[in-house]
Amino acid sequence: MKPFFGGNLGIINIGLASFAEAIADAGVAVVSIDWRPPGLGDIAAGRALAELVRLPIVEAANEEAIARYRRSQPVLAGVGAAGKTLPGMGERMILHAGPPIEWERMCGPMRGAIAGAILLEGWAANLDAALALAATGEITFSPCHHHDAVGPMAGVISPSMPVWIVADRAYGTLAFSNMNEGLGKVLRFGANGAEVIERLTWMGSVLGPALSATIETAGGIELKPLMAQALHMGDELHNRNVAATSLLIRRLLPPAIKVLRNPDDLAKVFAFVASNDHFFLNISMAACKAMVNAARGVEASSLVTAMARNGVDFGIRLSGTGDDWFTAPAPKVDGLYFPGYGNADAALDLGDSCITETAGLGGFAMAAAPAIVQFVGGTPQDATAYSNEMTHIVMGRNDALTLPGLNHTGTPAGIDARKVVDSGIAPVINTGIAHRQAGVGQIGAGITRAPMVAFCKAIRALAARVGDEARARGAGSRA
Amino acid sequence: MQISSRLSARAGIERASIVMATAANLDLLFEAGLLEKPVESSPSDIIVALAGDKGAIDAAIGEVEAALVQRAADRRHEAGVPEIACRTIEAALAEQSGANLALISVPGDYAAAEAFKALRLGLNVMLFSDNVSIADEIALKQLAHEHQLMVMGPDCGTAIIDGVPLGFANAVRRGEIGVVAASGTGLQQVACLIDRWGAGVSQAIGTGGRDLKAEVGGRTMLQGLTALAADTATKVIVLISKPPAANMARRVLAQATKSGKPVVVCFLGADPSVLHGSGIHPAPTLDAAARIAIDLSQGCNGRAIPATPNDGDNVAIAAEVAHLEPGQRFVRGVYSGGTFCYEALLLLSAALGPIMSSTPLDRSCVLADPWRSEGHTVVDLGDDIFTRGRPHPMIDNTLRAERIVTEVRDPAVAVVLFDLVLGYGAHRDPAAEIGAAVEAARAVAARDGRYVVFVASVCGTTGDPQGLAGQEARLRHAGVLLADSNAEAVRLAARIAQQRIAKESGLQAKRGQQ
Repeated sequence: MKPFFGGNLGIINIGLASFAEAIADAGVAVVSIDWRPPGLGDIAAGRALAELVRLPIVEAANEEAIARYRRSQPVLAGVGAAGKTLPGMGERMILHAGPPIEWERMCGPMRGAIAGAILLEGWAANLDAALALAATGEITFSPCHHHDAVGPMAGVISPSMPVWIVADRAYGTLAFSNMNEGLGKVLRFGANGAEVIERLTWMGSVLGPALSATIETAGGIELKPLMAQALHMGDELHNRNVAATSLLIRRLLPPAIKVLRNPDDLAKVFAFVASNDHFFLNISMAACKAMVNAARGVEASSLVTAMARNGVDFGIRLSGTGDDWFTAPAPKVDGLYFPGYGNADAALDLGDSCITETAGLGGFAMAAAPAIVQFVGGTPQDATAYSNEMTHIVMGRNDALTLPGLNHTGTPAGIDARKVVDSGIAPVINTGIAHRQAGVGQIGAGITRAPMVAFCKAIRALAARVGDEARARGAGSRA
Repeated sequence: MQISSRLSARAGIERASIVMATAANLDLLFEAGLLEKPVESSPSDIIVALAGDKGAIDAAIGEVEAALVQRAADRRHEAGVPEIACRTIEAALAEQSGANLALISVPGDYAAAEAFKALRLGLNVMLFSDNVSIADEIALKQLAHEHQLMVMGPDCGTAIIDGVPLGFANAVRRGEIGVVAASGTGLQQVACLIDRWGAGVSQAIGTGGRDLKAEVGGRTMLQGLTALAADTATKVIVLISKPPAANMARRVLAQATKSGKPVVVCFLGADPSVLHGSGIHPAPTLDAAARIAIDLSQGCNGRAIPATPNDGDNVAIAAEVAHLEPGQRFVRGVYSGGTFCYEALLLLSAALGPIMSSTPLDRSCVLADPWRSEGHTVVDLGDDIFTRGRPHPMIDNTLRAERIVTEVRDPAVAVVLFDLVLGYGAHRDPAAEIGAAVEAARAVAARDGRYVVFVASVCGTTGDPQGLAGQEARLRHAGVLLADSNAEAVRLAARIAQQRIAKESGLQAKRGQQ
């Protein structure tokens, strides 16, 4: 045994704070922990976690996973039709946000959006027929995440819709997102009237091809530098994208003028992009998806590679637990409502947009966006405090995306599910609030937390998997 | 705990308990009648349970709220953005990379997990928490062994490392005597007596009460022995425990012999004939252990100094006994320290015959109702049976104060015997409250025309936050006969009872002295 006395005693106090006083009085260094039961009191998860702390196989896996995340080089490469672009996209398939869910359990906005997608594809003549078709099981529903894609709110993507293509130049892989339709009556909030379908049709036939040609002319648009600049201009790239959208227009306009021959299209395309402060959101999401995809599939890693909600369940995935989802009921959002709406109107937390938090933006980068508190509530101090708090649950920082307000430190990135369970600090998420009924649209915005239960499940699964592997290896070495 | 103690001291509050809302704590509150129906809560909530009159409860709730607000304010006091405190051992270790010991006192359900984490992070562990399973204790000590670390506990109430009091511990002068103890109050008693009698302690290591069970294998005690054997500042080693199983005792003694240093072995209640070996010095009581250790540390042979009655004691005893009425013959021990209670049971039963208790030496002597004494009775009010839903009597004197008054209502009681434990973690001024209880008890007895003798020992040091001299002065002021050690106090009480019994019946007296 290494003697721990007769040298330099240093103590960590876990529990009764008064014990630290006696130690400090004696002139010995002591740090007291603001302790609370790990996993909000899930004893089994707390025990599983204790097995994973400082475990060499997990530490090594996490080092690998976070390094891969950091090396990712997302570049906006173009726009393509979902059916021809997304891996595994079937002919009669509709993608949705969050973890897998059956039609019967879907929330209002998601059902409305799916019905709209069926109308857009021309698979049904009217809304009733569309809803009936959706219920028959003839159409396959699949999470965006299963196709390297993400979509905000309902996250509905059908074969003819245009999708952003983000190429990861470091790995040669692709990630995707649908395109942002703007606010108000839009498909992602479950609206499916004629104006919605018309807009989507125009986006597929005019907007998508025009921007694709523009981007091609530009030779692709490097996204990390643009996003870094937007952070310095007050965006957090989830709920505030006004700077990034403006920067995008600056990058797009010169090549667009060169390549778009029809002045009407040029005017309409840029009027559309410029009218929507959130236009960049979906690109930010695809870039974030690319970054966390880079960290996927490192056996034994506790890095969180997806957080997503379908309006009923909140699901997460870890790098080291394969394709499994760990779910918990989707939480309510604590937020500010547009005039005329309140808590009773709100859908539960919805959408893949918290891929931004998964990659270290959004709520994690709130220190960059003090102005956002006017939208989601709180004070500028709170915004900074959220970023500080998130440093307790991540593996490191992303030095390519820095926070001026925190002395230009990188955004906290690489969520470690172990640290989430151990500290009881759940990832903070900035998000919009959808009306619970299809088609009403966004009714507010606010802040929510990823549910601890999902992290507890993930940690239990990871501990079991790592334990199995260790046992298998032990058996192998004996053999 | 400190807030509950403060609240239960408020007028109109009968009981107060502030605990984390863990499943185990909720059960305790139910059992204690402080909770009538299930409440919606998560384990990270804090539950404030109060019994008393309405006005007092409202005021108490106000006090709790104020305390919580103050705590939040203390955390945010600096301008600008509040940095949040470390939530995990790993985070704390990043802040203080030189740390080498984790002191864990979280609720038992979560304690083992924290200890496993600490060990994996390379920290030694003092596990103050109780309610940790023996399976976990074995696994923790195995893991510690693999990482060359030490686990003190679980249920390790006290330790003194490099002079730093940990848990419920006393400010003891540093010196040359190292202690390894399976008993918290046993460790405190020996350390305080070493301090009181002019010597000092190098290290005092707690092992937890189950360490010497065969399943656990005495890992911590053996490690402690090895560490103290190697420690150049330690000249003499003291081991304290209840008697372990024979093969366990052999292993410990063999290891002790190998240390090359004199080892005083106090296995309370053990047959002294089994405690032999080169360099082994058996001690029958805690105070004897302290005396022998001091003697050895001063280069003497460690055989001297049996505690003998002195003239001062004889005079004091005679004066006290003179006040007693015919029929007053019983001793009632009202303890807060488990090992003090145990030591009292051993010494009193040797002097007076069977002693009743809720934790007796022999099952035939178990009290039918732990709240009602019969004949000679000694109780440990720190035992689970009394503390469910209540703070420990070292923190909250209410229960002991009540029991002291209850005992003197029995006209057959001659002596009330008790302990008073000082140090970090203990009540801030126990002598004030217990002294007042003694005065109240005297008044109750006086109304019935009786006198009662009070005998006590104070376990503490001059350096303790409460101050030994002031605490003793307060008890003396209440007319309490004080001894330096618990064993001496017990002997005084026994002699008083023997003299009373001798007066009443020569025959009985003979039997008692045998």
